[in-house]
Amino acid sequence: MRLIVSEAAFDPGFEVNDFTAKPVGAGAIVSFTGLVRGDGSASGMMIEHYPGMTEKAISAIMDQARLRWNLLDSLVIHRFGKLAVGEPIMMVAVAGIHRSEAFQAADFLMDYLKSRAPFWKKEIGADRAEWVASKPADEAALKRW
Amino acid sequence: MIDVLYFAWVRERIGLPRETVETGAETVSGLIAELVARDERYALAFSDLASLRVALDQELAGFDAPLKGVREVAFFPPMTGG
Repeated sequence: MRLIVSEAAFDPGFEVNDFTAKPVGAGAIVSFTGLVRGDGSASGMMIEHYPGMTEKAISAIMDQARLRWNLLDSLVIHRFGKLAVGEPIMMVAVAGIHRSEAFQAADFLMDYLKSRAPFWKKEIGADRAEWVASKPADEAALKRW
Repeated sequence: MIDVLYFAWVRERIGLPRETVETGAETVSGLIAELVARDERYALAFSDLASLRVALDQELAGFDAPLKGVREVAFFPPMTGG
């Protein structure tokens, strides 16, 4: 398991290759990369987080996923600070024995990162800045698991 | 003495990222009542508890949770990670 919470940019392609090259005996690797969406007038995003709790909360979520889907390895990268439209915000990669476990584990990690990892996004526009509100659907998504 | 941390719009409304508070409150709700009584910035930040979350020593908790033994309380809006 590897967790990186950082202000620095990362290269999703390099990270997937690096993750794939580890000899853990996996038969399936699923990865997801989230980008800063270019919604209309938004020019970027400012992401705030709770140092300490962020790492604890994400590690606990990764542990749950590992046990539930027998993951051989997992990776979560999540950035904070100022990001421009189109930049990768975060990525998840999981290594499993079979495809279906790997897809489910990645989906589970994404749902939980969205509403249980202490990050707050503020959308920055030309003449405005607004905190992104959580959606009832994000909370409802947790009930799937 | 307890460290109280604020994030996102809660931090902006109160105007501080963190402070150390001398409190006799037994629960999170008791602490909120003490803070709200201080001035209107706190009253505004805590005006709608349904839109707030609380963590005690970096674990999510409820507003009725006891503060005994807790060193760090954090208030923030629902998280928007991912």
